[in-house]
Amino acid sequence: MGEPLNHDSYSDDYLRGILDRVKTIAMVGASEQWNRPSYFAMKYLQGKGYRVIPVNPRASVPEILGEKVYKNLAEIPGPIDMVDIFRRSEEAEPIVDEAIKQGAPVVWMQIGVRNDEAARKAEAAGMAVVMNRCPKIEYSRLHGELGWSGVNTGIISSKRRKPS
Amino acid sequence: MNEKKPPAPGFETLAIHAGAAPDPTTGARSTPIYQTTAYVFDEVDQAASLFNLQSYGYLYSRLTNPTVSVLEERLAALEGGRGAVCTASGHAAQMLAFFAFMEPGDQFVSADKLYGGSITQFGKSFKKFGWDVAFADADDPANIRRAITPKTKAVFVESLANPAGAVVDLEAVARIAHDAGLLFIVDNTMATPFLCRPFDWGADLVIHSTTKFLSGHGNAMGGAVIDSGKFDWAKSPKFKSLTEAEPAYHGLRFYETFGDLAFTVHGHAVGLRDLGATMAPLNAFLTITGIETLPLRMERHVANALAVARHLEKHPKVAWVSYAGLASSRYHALAKKYLPKGAGSVFTFGLKGGYAAGVKLVEGVELISHLANVGDTRSLILHPASTTHRQLSEAQQKAAGAGPEVVRVSIGLETVSDIIADLDRALAKS
Repeated sequence: MGEPLNHDSYSDDYLRGILDRVKTIAMVGASEQWNRPSYFAMKYLQGKGYRVIPVNPRASVPEILGEKVYKNLAEIPGPIDMVDIFRRSEEAEPIVDEAIKQGAPVVWMQIGVRNDEAARKAEAAGMAVVMNRCPKIEYSRLHGELGWSGVNTGIISSKRRKPS
Repeated sequence: MNEKKPPAPGFETLAIHAGAAPDPTTGARSTPIYQTTAYVFDEVDQAASLFNLQSYGYLYSRLTNPTVSVLEERLAALEGGRGAVCTASGHAAQMLAFFAFMEPGDQFVSADKLYGGSITQFGKSFKKFGWDVAFADADDPANIRRAITPKTKAVFVESLANPAGAVVDLEAVARIAHDAGLLFIVDNTMATPFLCRPFDWGADLVIHSTTKFLSGHGNAMGGAVIDSGKFDWAKSPKFKSLTEAEPAYHGLRFYETFGDLAFTVHGHAVGLRDLGATMAPLNAFLTITGIETLPLRMERHVANALAVARHLEKHPKVAWVSYAGLASSRYHALAKKYLPKGAGSVFTFGLKGGYAAGVKLVEGVELISHLANVGDTRSLILHPASTTHRQLSEAQQKAAGAGPEVVRVSIGLETVSDIIADLDRALAKS
């Protein structure tokens, strides 16, 4: 075990590694309302080939974007590669506890969501952790898409970008 | 499991590479000029996602264009910001920055040493929108604090102010703005990010006229607003355009949805959409090309300017020289702190012969161009009292640092002995 991960500054290789490994994402707090940030992220990630499973105990519809909505992580049949948390920071810990039980290898907390105690627990269980980031924004940043809106991606490369 | 982050690229590397990559389709290494107004949709659903800001892509060049995007990312990288919005001119950049959060009845505080065009834009045209400005002398930052009222939303300064090269104590003014919960906006046109990095001293937005040193060759109009990504828009109800539901985007909340990208996305999706002051792709291309050599040009600009300023300071026909790079300048200590690589290349000097000597000097030069611009490869000269400031009374001219004896120069990249010889020849006849 090397030095602890710095949650204020992730390397591009660390984030890229997670987004390359992950195939199935459980999105806790996914909304059926099309103008909510979680709906944006789910739709975008689906378009990039990820399977996104919505988890929301208060959802009033059976499906979001063609995927069945589950009340909690334990209900989801089959393996989950990543748990994406769209809830308030203080609600992250019980979700991480569930994620550990499910054996998910990655927990990702959205922009504005940070819970260092939950992160410590997840890391102790061998999980990779990302906090206060959006997988949609990071995916697009690392794949040369974010630049359309003038965003500083921090990517320097003389290689031709693959059309996305 | 933790990988070490590689060291951040240096300024020169960013100036050449940030934002640009070989064209995905053709492999073209130089950034192509995408001279197109619109972009095809693959299907209706994809178009809907783009219009709803749910996915990234190009719709219409008033909002975004691939050539302009490269310049935006490069400027954001050079300033150390999160994102940038390019505009048709520096004035358009100022309009777009204030439009993001100002409402009728709001006010902002501005330093009173500014580019003359900005004094007019803020003091006259902004009034038509109900936006009030209070001008304060930033030489003593306490004057800025005294001008703040409950209606104030932002503080604006030029890092290196036009025309006389006044340097603002950025760190002190940033503290005053942030203590009052206000946005701190810094125009960094005259310094460029090579000489000064306002975000390192607490600026929240940086503004440029890219027409000047960034483009560098006097051939492309443009402006930019760069966001640090660090301002908490939700901390005060003053910035509700970024935090509250936007009706034109079906109730989307920019800050909640885009986090530290909120200002940059809003600047395109609302600012450029509705103000329409978009940068032309060809101007973006020329500016990208100019920026590739910015570090080399700025080193030579400041070296030439310092040599010319030192020469003029000893000239018998010159009464005074106002250049922060000289030890005689009242701004010299601030320049050493905020502009350690040099105090830019625009400065003023006073002629003992007054108004008539100023007219003779600008008419007598052969190499130096007599025109109203700064930041060109060519050396430029202007006598404000007989041109840009001629409508003002002598008292107003003096207050603006443009009294009858004042001459402004923007020192270019010619052989420095040729610039000095040209001034000497013309001074001998004035």
